[in-house]
Amino acid sequence: MAALTPISRKPMSFVVPVMAAAGAFFGIFVGTANGSTLLGFLIGGVLLAAIAAVIMKMDLPEKPVRWGLIVAFSVLGIFLAGIPSAVLGGLFGWFTGWFAYWLYEGRYRAKIAPYLTPGQVLWHFAFRVICGAIFFFLITPIVVVMPLSFNAESFFTFTPEMLRFDPEGYSLRHYRDFFTSDAWQQALWNSVTIAPMATILSVGFGTLAAIGLSQPHVPFRRAIMAILISPMIVPLIISAAGMYFFYSRIGLQGTYLGVVLAHAALGIPFVIITVTATLVGFDNSLTRAAANMGADPVTTFFRVQMPLILPGVISGGLFAFITSFDEVVVVLFVGSASQKTLPWQMFIGLREQISPTILAVATILVAISICLLTVVEMLRRRSERLRGMSPG
Amino acid sequence: MSASFTPFVLTFDNKNNGDDMSNASEAPTPDDGLNLTDNENTGPVLAADGTPLKRSLGRALRRQKLRALMLIAPLLIFVLLTFIAPIADMLFRSVENQIVSETLPRTVVALDDWDSTTGELPSEAVYEAAYYDIFIAAERKLHTRLGSRLNYELTGASSLFRKSGRGLDDLGEVYQDQFEDLNEAWEDGETWALLMGSGDWQDKAYAWEKSSGDLAPKLELREGIEELLPKTAAAYSSFANFVRVDDGDNPATEDPWSPVYTAFWQDLTGGATVASYSGPEAELLMEAANAAGGFESTTFSEGFAGIDKDWASTPIWQTIKTYSPKYTSGYFLNSVDMQKTPDGPELRDANERIYGILFKRTMFMSMVITISCIMLGYPVAWILANLPARTANLLMILVLLPFWTSLLVRTSAWKVMLQQQGVINDVLVWLGLVGDGDRLVMINNQFGTIVAMTHILLPFMILPLYSVMQTIPPTYLRAAKSLGATNWTAFWRVYFPQSVPGIGAGSILVFILSIGYYITPEIVGGTTGTFISNRIAYHISSSLNWGLAAALGTILLAVVMILYWAYDKIVGIDNVKLG
Repeated sequence: MAALTPISRKPMSFVVPVMAAAGAFFGIFVGTANGSTLLGFLIGGVLLAAIAAVIMKMDLPEKPVRWGLIVAFSVLGIFLAGIPSAVLGGLFGWFTGWFAYWLYEGRYRAKIAPYLTPGQVLWHFAFRVICGAIFFFLITPIVVVMPLSFNAESFFTFTPEMLRFDPEGYSLRHYRDFFTSDAWQQALWNSVTIAPMATILSVGFGTLAAIGLSQPHVPFRRAIMAILISPMIVPLIISAAGMYFFYSRIGLQGTYLGVVLAHAALGIPFVIITVTATLVGFDNSLTRAAANMGADPVTTFFRVQMPLILPGVISGGLFAFITSFDEVVVVLFVGSASQKTLPWQMFIGLREQISPTILAVATILVAISICLLTVVEMLRRRSERLRGMSPG
Repeated sequence: MSASFTPFVLTFDNKNNGDDMSNASEAPTPDDGLNLTDNENTGPVLAADGTPLKRSLGRALRRQKLRALMLIAPLLIFVLLTFIAPIADMLFRSVENQIVSETLPRTVVALDDWDSTTGELPSEAVYEAAYYDIFIAAERKLHTRLGSRLNYELTGASSLFRKSGRGLDDLGEVYQDQFEDLNEAWEDGETWALLMGSGDWQDKAYAWEKSSGDLAPKLELREGIEELLPKTAAAYSSFANFVRVDDGDNPATEDPWSPVYTAFWQDLTGGATVASYSGPEAELLMEAANAAGGFESTTFSEGFAGIDKDWASTPIWQTIKTYSPKYTSGYFLNSVDMQKTPDGPELRDANERIYGILFKRTMFMSMVITISCIMLGYPVAWILANLPARTANLLMILVLLPFWTSLLVRTSAWKVMLQQQGVINDVLVWLGLVGDGDRLVMINNQFGTIVAMTHILLPFMILPLYSVMQTIPPTYLRAAKSLGATNWTAFWRVYFPQSVPGIGAGSILVFILSIGYYITPEIVGGTTGTFISNRIAYHISSSLNWGLAAALGTILLAVVMILYWAYDKIVGIDNVKLG
């Protein structure tokens, strides 16, 4: 977007107090960490105000000043509390430089409507900060797990060595644990054998049914849909309880088949939803055209319909796969010790003996979910492009 | 084009004129035009093959419906068998209570006449019935199961039944010993078989080989023995049946168990006309009948009281009587903190009420989680919907990544974050905001559950909100402002009302998901942050009170179904989108 508003340099009476406020705010934390809140507050405020004043008075060039600030604050950090605070200091230096010029050059107004009052501009950025905090809340727990999984100690928290970036603080021992422990390998093997079978079942039945459901005249459509969607709506603990009671009656409790059937049932709604959604945009005259040219229904299905709905089928399958792969409540009840899956093993680990191997597994699972997410996203875009919709 | 539409218009006119009132309320269908031609034309329009077009179309429609159903059928059957049947089974289990009437059939009948409210003990007949019932149950190892079932209602019932299983044998052995002292012939199974069984049956029984794999022949009683010694015949029959079916042995060669002797003594002292008997072993029988009167004996009620004094008080009998019907509302009453008493259902003592608290807590915490999700999800959805597409897609990844990440990964992450030695506390201590000695307790309580579950369910709020907000044109807000509205008014009066459907959809989704959550509360909830689902899991796997688990599950399911129905009304289940 082009700049809506012409920007101009701002006066010192605006930049210096704002910088001072920012400095005072960060100074509180640094001060508290070093023993005196008030001192930190004052020094921070004065320091940043001085930096802003110097920059503006002498009209210093931007690039060197910003690099200089990063270096200066990193050095300051080393003196205060070693390597970890040097990193924080560097970040803070970068922020200071960026913030000073952002204010001074008036860049902050560039992308906002020119008629906004200063109060509205402030709210605009405050809102962005709030949203940033929420995104931070969403992503931090997942990000924090990753470095911790390389911990050399059996702790669930950062050790001083890790914070110093001492190579001795890091190791792959938890990954080694995971790859050498029989319990974990058995669990991984179970997960890998159960999830694909359940996925094949739900995708096979689900795709057929979704095609049936998308026909123009389906009797009892709502009722059938309600039944097919119900495994997604019914709380897992209730499904687990019911399946436990019923499968023990018919001798499926504690068997591989029982777990696969249960997981297939749980994955079906996702297949139905994604495939019917793809079929909504499907042009039925294509099948008629194929039939018109002499293709039999089977050929039509595999050569015309299937390639077009394939993205929906695959993403439905991925949903079904992840449902089974992540599922723990139902397998906990329907399975027995020999069907112990990865999530089950993690659940036991979290409840009983806490070991950071869980974090290594968690990191691997996050990597897998990133891959799955990428695939689903690509499929969705491809499908929308094919159907002539705008991506995004 | 216009020509082909004309019949439609005319059809509407026709209907309104009352020519075809039966169809008047229906929407136009493709064959309306044909109906019209039928009505005003000379004859039916024919399809290419000569059948009337209307019928031909009807057949095509039927075929289409059938084909759709055939495609759906496999999945429907699959879901019905693997999912709906288990749910139905759970609903059934929440009222099913056949164990009492199956294990104690005679006692249940005998207790019918007993008025449990008077405070008097049941009659001797009840004790007698209970003696036979519990003895047989103990032989089949069913008495402990019944004991644990009744223990849910009356503490101590479990040990009482276990004790009685052993004790009742001694009660009958008094008679057994005396008969056997009188004549050693009573020790032998063959004597009894000769006396009780028909000749035909004995021949077959002696010819039977265990190795044949079949069951031993079914007992046929000697003619007239049932009238002569009714109780003995009944006791011997159940003994023979047990040996035959449960042990797979031959009843004719096995020594009877003690209740047969007890019943025999009862018959002999109860005025059996032994003199009229002329079958085999008549002398032996005569001898026993003459001696029986002088045997050392005791009443059943005394015998039971001797085993445990609880049998000589009313509560155990009241419990058996209350839970004797095949179906019970007991589990449901239990799950709303009530209990069955002889005077009808009443509330439990205040200190025993746990499920009310749990249900309220589940509701309260789900509500808090839903509200926090709205508070956090609304700004995020707003900014996603209003940023340029490229930036929004990038930020969307931050929402979708947690959504795709394993639930257990996120739960373990929160355990890492919230622990007393965890990341958040470490950061706070490092910043000096909290002293090292008094780190915050953020896990194993309600706070931990709420934070972790808000994080886990937040994407389920953001995604529906986002899809609704995308459809709200940003120009409305600008129009409102240009007409003089303040920021707040423009948002509150123009934007917010349009986003309400998104809030509704997201809230119901989050609420439904959270009231049934099990894993996260189990790990980060401690004792004060657990949900009703944790209690259900406890009853399934630890206390083994499946009926109560099923009743709690049924109540939870009912709540979810009501919410689901509301969701369907507000959003429509077809409109659920993923990813």
